[in-house]
Formats: sequence, C-alpha cells, structure tokens
Amino acid sequence: MSNVLLQYATVLILTAFVGTEIIAKVPSILHTPLMSGSNAIHGVILVGSMLILGSATTNLEEVLGFLAVILATLNVVGGFVVTDRMLEMFKPRQPKAPSKPDEGPQ
Amino acid sequence: MSRETLIDLLYLFSATTFIVALKGLGSPKRARHGNLVAAFGMLVAIVATFFKYVDGHPLHHVLLILLAMFIGVIIAVPTARFVQMTAMPQLVAIFNGVGGGAASLVSITEFVHIKSTNPATYVILEVLLGVLIGTVSFSGSAIAFAKLQELMTGRPVTYPGQQIMNALIGAAALGLIVTILVTGSSTLLWILLALAFVLGVAFVLPIGGADVPVLISLLNSFTGLAVAASGFTLGSNLLIVAGTLVGASGILLTRLMSKAMGRSLSNVLFSAFGSNVTATGGTAEDGRSVRSGTPEDVGVLLSFASKVVIIPGYGLAVAQGQHVLRELAEQLEAKGIDVKYAIHPVAGRMPGHMNVLLAEANVPYEDLLEMDEANSELTTADVAIVVGANDTVNPAATNDPSSPIYGMPIIHADLAENVVFLKRSMRPGFAGIDNELLYNPKTILVFGDAKDTLTKLVAVVKAS
Repeated sequence: MSNVLLQYATVLILTAFVGTEIIAKVPSILHTPLMSGSNAIHGVILVGSMLILGSATTNLEEVLGFLAVILATLNVVGGFVVTDRMLEMFKPRQPKAPSKPDEGPQ
Repeated sequence: MSRETLIDLLYLFSATTFIVALKGLGSPKRARHGNLVAAFGMLVAIVATFFKYVDGHPLHHVLLILLAMFIGVIIAVPTARFVQMTAMPQLVAIFNGVGGGAASLVSITEFVHIKSTNPATYVILEVLLGVLIGTVSFSGSAIAFAKLQELMTGRPVTYPGQQIMNALIGAAALGLIVTILVTGSSTLLWILLALAFVLGVAFVLPIGGADVPVLISLLNSFTGLAVAASGFTLGSNLLIVAGTLVGASGILLTRLMSKAMGRSLSNVLFSAFGSNVTATGGTAEDGRSVRSGTPEDVGVLLSFASKVVIIPGYGLAVAQGQHVLRELAEQLEAKGIDVKYAIHPVAGRMPGHMNVLLAEANVPYEDLLEMDEANSELTTADVAIVVGANDTVNPAATNDPSSPIYGMPIIHADLAENVVFLKRSMRPGFAGIDNELLYNPKTILVFGDAKDTLTKLVAVVKAS
C-alpha cells in the first residue's frame, strides 16, 4: 500500500465526517435544493473527464472521453442552473405591500 | 511556485467553495449565495484544468473538449431553465444519471489508458468500483426517470424469483471484479459494464413510485461515490472531496427519508412496496359514513377560526392548485387569521419537494413548518385543511399495527378542532390504504378537483 493511497483515504474519511456534519444541519425545507446542489457538485467529474480526453491517445479513448465531457457538462451546468432557479424562489415574508400586482394562478 | 502547485491550490479553493455551499444551505437566506459560490469554484477548477499537464504534456484535444462542453451547455441550460417544478425529481434523476455515466466513462477510459503500464491491483480495484457504481447509478437513474416521467408504470415491476435473480446479478458482478483483478483482462471489463447496467435496471424496477424520494437520494449518493472512486484513480483530491461530500449527503438523506416513512432502508429497496393495492381495514369500511360539505360550509367554519394549518400533499401539485392555495391563505390572513403550512418530509416526489412547489407559488418560507413543529401548532389550531395529502395524515400509521404504513411519523391533522379534507374521490392514496381520518366526526370532506374547490373557497372567504 502506497503512501499516496493512504493520503487519499485520509481525505476521504475526513470529508465523509465533515459532509455528514454539515448536511445534518440542512433544514428539511431545503432538501430538494440540497439534492440538486450536491448533484451539481459531483459534476466536478468534468475535471476528470477533461483530463481523460486531454490525455487520450487512441480513438477509443477519444470517443469515450468526448462522451464523458458532454455528460459531465450536462451534470454540472444543469445542476447549478436548476439549483439557482429553485433557491431564487425561496423568499422571506415581504413587508405588507397592499395590492401588489398579482400574477394570478399558473 | 510551480504550475502544478498553483493548479492544486486552485483545486483546494474549489473544494472549499463546495463545503461553503453546503453550509449555506443551512438557511434559506444564505443558500442561493452559497450555490453561486460553488458554481464559481467549479468554474475556477475547470479553467485551471485547461492549464494542467498530463503525462508530461499540456492537454491534447482542447478544441474537442470545448466542443463537448458547448454541446453539454446547449442541452443543459434550456432544460434546467424551463422544466416545471413538478418535474424536478425527473430532472435531478437525469442530471444525476449523466454524472454517474461520466464517472463510469472516466474510469473505463483510464483503465484502457493505463493497462499497458501494469497498474497496481488497488488501482484496478478503484477503476472497477468506479465503473460498477457509476454505471448502476446511470442505468438506475434512467429507469427512475422513466417511472417519474410516466414513460412506464410507477408501480413496482415484479416477477417470480426477482430477488434471487437480482442477488445473482450482484454476485456475478462481484465475481467478475475479482476475476479482472486476477487476470487484468480488459475484455471482461466490458462484460462488467454490461452487467452493471443490467444491475441498475433490475435494482430500480421493483421500487414503487411512493418510494422514489428515497431512491433518488440513494442514486445521488452512488454517483458521488463513483466520482470519489475516479478521484482515487486519477489522483485528484478535488474529486475525492466533492464525491465524498455528495456520497455522505445522499446516504444521510436516504436514511432521513426512510425514517420519515417509518421503514428501514432495506424494506424500501427490496419489498416492492405498493405492488398489491389492498384496501386494508376494508371490513370496517362498510356502514361507516363520512360527512361531506360544500365550500360554503367550510367558509363558515373558517370565518370563526383564528388559526388555520394547511397540510398540502402532492395531489395539490397534480391539480396545479398551489397558487390558489396561497391566495386563500392571503385572504385568510387579511382577515387576521394565522395561517401556516405543515409539510411532511416525504410530501412530493423527492425530499423536500413540497417546499419548492410552495416557494414557487410565493409562499414565504417562514410559513412552512416541519413536521414536529407543525404537530405542536396543530394542537391549538381551529381548522386543519388537508389538500392533496392522504397517507401522511393517516392515523393508521400510529394506531393500526396491521397497516402497511404503521410506524410512519405523520402529521396529526386530527389534533385540530376541525379537519377539512379536500379530496377528489374516496379513492385511497398512493400506498393504497384506507384513511381513518375521513370517518372522524371532526372531518368535513369536500369532494372535487383541489384547484376548483380552492378557487370556490377563495370566493367564499372573500365574500364573507
């Protein structure tokens, strides 16, 4: 077992604890944005996909890497955009503004 | 400072922004800001990667990378911008699935790339785990998407011997991993890929629509773990940190969701819950009468109330009644009535879904109560309005040990002085169980489409 592996394992274990602690504090009202937000974060696989395509030497590697970059971009961009759109909707009570133009249903 | 050190520092910065973003989600006030910080961190990591050297060379195929990104952005942005909030679970499922697919592809490609260099056994193991978990997440998410999008039935798909079959597929995958570790064969890798794909499908098929909130968070966790595995293979702390954060969050949410349904995780995943729709308690059903009323009756009730708790369920979103509901709440508040919303953790099709749907209808987040808080508010409420919910207010969960939902924590609507139950028909809810609350003498049933009934109620309250 190499030292490098041990170092990665350390990072993994510590992050697992930090992650659990932080996420346990997220109120249930925000669980959907938490899911889509963490979804966007694992889109960091885009970095891995770029490295894979960027070091591809055969056609097979190029095709797989190209697909990986497309999928990872979908993940990261879609994830952040949709999370932002959701969080934008969470608003505190507005100071009573009487007869604010109503958008109506739908 | 060398180029590599600088890039690693930038990666460290990105990893930190991800943690900051998750911390921001601790309150609705800071959440949006946190998400933007993470998006910025991600951008930094991506730009930094363009300057990275791999195998001693700058990145090849930069144009190809940019082209692939361009394609991804063109598809992702409009989809994310315009999809309906009710379709959020599908969208999260699909974005999660593509992430798992990408992680799997990264692991496969890395295996193909390094296999001539006789990599250490543990490196191959990381690759294989990445492929297995990533692919299961990919195909599982695809089936979850198909179920949610109603491209296929939302009911559990079962056949005789299914569990044994699934166990065999799982065992075969593990056996294959061991074989590849010993032989280092890359042909077998493709078989593992196919097997993992089948496993993802077989795993999700028997899980019913009502259990999808648990499933989605579990698959999210899988993708996180697959990304962490890729991080090991590629030697990237950034991927390990991000992947593990998501893995931890997914597992935690999965446990919270199963708890909110009063069932164990293995029961959720393997019991094909909701496959037989039986009217339990059907014996007592005949001869019992329900009290039904008109919106006008409810209007009278509300005019004497000083505190109203609304208990929304997914049926409200199906009827597209969230905006009318908010209008009703505003009318009541204008008359000095205190209005709150009681949100069950599994209301909707993913964890916390109902909160998003109400936020979209401009309900201020201070009015959204979590279950425990809601139950203590209900003890002093004059009227509880149940709209589009059923199983989450079913007293059988607390007092009928034979009920399939026994043990599920519920919102105790019957604690309120009066209960108004807006219902389309006497049909049972998603879990297919009869609801005792309907026969409670406190309960008034108003039949009809939720949106229509709410619209009538708004008119009645306005006029009074």
